[in-house]
Amino acid sequence: MKAEYNFIANIIEKNSTVLDVGCDDGTLMEFLRKNKNVNIRGIEISKEKVQICISKGLTVIEGNAELDLKQFPKNSFDYVVLGQTLQAFINPEIVIKELLRVGKKAIVTIPNFGNWKVRLDLLFKGTMPITSSLPHEWYNTPNIHMCTIKDFVRFSETMNFKIVKSLALINKNISNISKSNIFLKNLFGELGIFLIENK
Amino acid sequence: MNIRENIKTLIIEKPLKLDCGRTISKFPLAYETYGKLNENKDNAILVFHALTGDQFVTGVNPVTKKDGWWSYAVGPKKSIDTDKYFVICANVIGGCMGSFGPSHENPETKKIYGTDFPVITINDMVNAQVNLLDFFNIKKLFSVVGGSMGGMQVLQFVSNFPDKSKTAVPIACTSSHSAQNIAFNELGRQAITADHNWMDGKYNSKSTLPDKGLAVARMAAHITYLSKKGLQEKFGRNLQERDDLKFGFDADFQIESYLRYQGSVFVDRFDANSYLYITRAMDYFDLVKQFDGNLSNAFKKTKTKFFIMSFTSDWLYPTQENKDIVIALNAIGANVGFVEIDSDKGHDSFLLEVPDFLNALKNFLDKSYIESNNES
Repeated sequence: MKAEYNFIANIIEKNSTVLDVGCDDGTLMEFLRKNKNVNIRGIEISKEKVQICISKGLTVIEGNAELDLKQFPKNSFDYVVLGQTLQAFINPEIVIKELLRVGKKAIVTIPNFGNWKVRLDLLFKGTMPITSSLPHEWYNTPNIHMCTIKDFVRFSETMNFKIVKSLALINKNISNISKSNIFLKNLFGELGIFLIENK
Repeated sequence: MNIRENIKTLIIEKPLKLDCGRTISKFPLAYETYGKLNENKDNAILVFHALTGDQFVTGVNPVTKKDGWWSYAVGPKKSIDTDKYFVICANVIGGCMGSFGPSHENPETKKIYGTDFPVITINDMVNAQVNLLDFFNIKKLFSVVGGSMGGMQVLQFVSNFPDKSKTAVPIACTSSHSAQNIAFNELGRQAITADHNWMDGKYNSKSTLPDKGLAVARMAAHITYLSKKGLQEKFGRNLQERDDLKFGFDADFQIESYLRYQGSVFVDRFDANSYLYITRAMDYFDLVKQFDGNLSNAFKKTKTKFFIMSFTSDWLYPTQENKDIVIALNAIGANVGFVEIDSDKGHDSFLLEVPDFLNALKNFLDKSYIESNNES
């Protein structure tokens, strides 16, 4: 189980309705169903992963978040979760808009490209960074729209959505991101977790 | 065709008003069951058969002496596990395996109905079959499951009786028969009615049957159940028991021989008039139109948990048509899962040994059954 799942679960209120976009093998869905008694659905692009979810008794639709979110009416869910996949979409702007249309709130996690390891890799090697959480070469990475924690905060300003809560994951510890500490969180954070809603 | 031994039949006393306007009553509905109904009567699954299926889902069909049409999926420890579930399947009305159909005698004329039999619809079929629930004293089914025309019946059943099934599994089907679907069915019907022996549907009073027409109908339909890739891989241009082309019109190619065989075995077990009636029922199926152009309205307030499956190589009821049902259900917040199964076996995939499909079906049913038991 990924380190951030606990923190995502803490954000979500009990007995709410949740859509997990890119739900993978359903680990987070199971965790939330068990600990938060949520009514949870998933969308997943990989047939193999969908099969795993079905074997866990999870309600999952095989589909692509960029194309298939539009079938859900406005405010279908209390929360829509998008875990570490925003950077893989062709058009993250549309995806964010869709998340906030389908869900009353959205929880978005991003691998932080501003992390010092990434920065050093580029600075000293002069090649595109490869780290344990970003293991791909530039030519085969699914992550075509990498961003930093700071970028995401700016993104909220241009896209006109509100960040209700922002957390940084550093060494399996979680901490709040604020205006005063964002420089450090952006340098040390491995992952940004954002609870967002429409303004 | 006489009602044979080995066929269980329920006589439906209650009048049933058909979509065509006619009312039928005291009509036979032939059915079969597998497994045991438990004490709580909450483990029943109603399986709906496809165009040429019948109530003999699994095991040896006592009439044809061949394996039941869904032997891969239904049986002890199989996807629809008859050690756990009580499986009911009825021959559709209009059919030819004991249920009220065009080969039955019209009591007024003492002759077979033939084309005097009322045109029936998918709606009529499920309205006839819902009587089985009363017969077995089942308040709520655990599931309704079916592929192709069986899937259409699943959709119609849940729409007509929103409280009568906990789960629903429509497979490789559509909410509305497409022009292409209708076109292929019309081809089959024309082949039957063009056969001299069809005689305006009154052939049963003579000793000759419109076998040639029915066989051609089956051959044409059979092609639509397979994929181009599947056909190519299985037959290619292989020759049938010969080293070279014979420059004639015998079956030079294996695919020709295969289709001829499929046609010839089909006429032994199926009635030509039933073929006309059932294909017509499929063509008339349009759940979207029944609900004024909005499929979601067919499932308003449904609490049924749906699981929909399609197959990559199915061009008869392609993935998009199955997805349209998913979209309509999501639009009203229904509980629906969906997966497209990778298979080269075309529309027929749901009848064949396709492990991803069989596993998904089993996992969905078994997990949902545990879940529903925990809730109650």
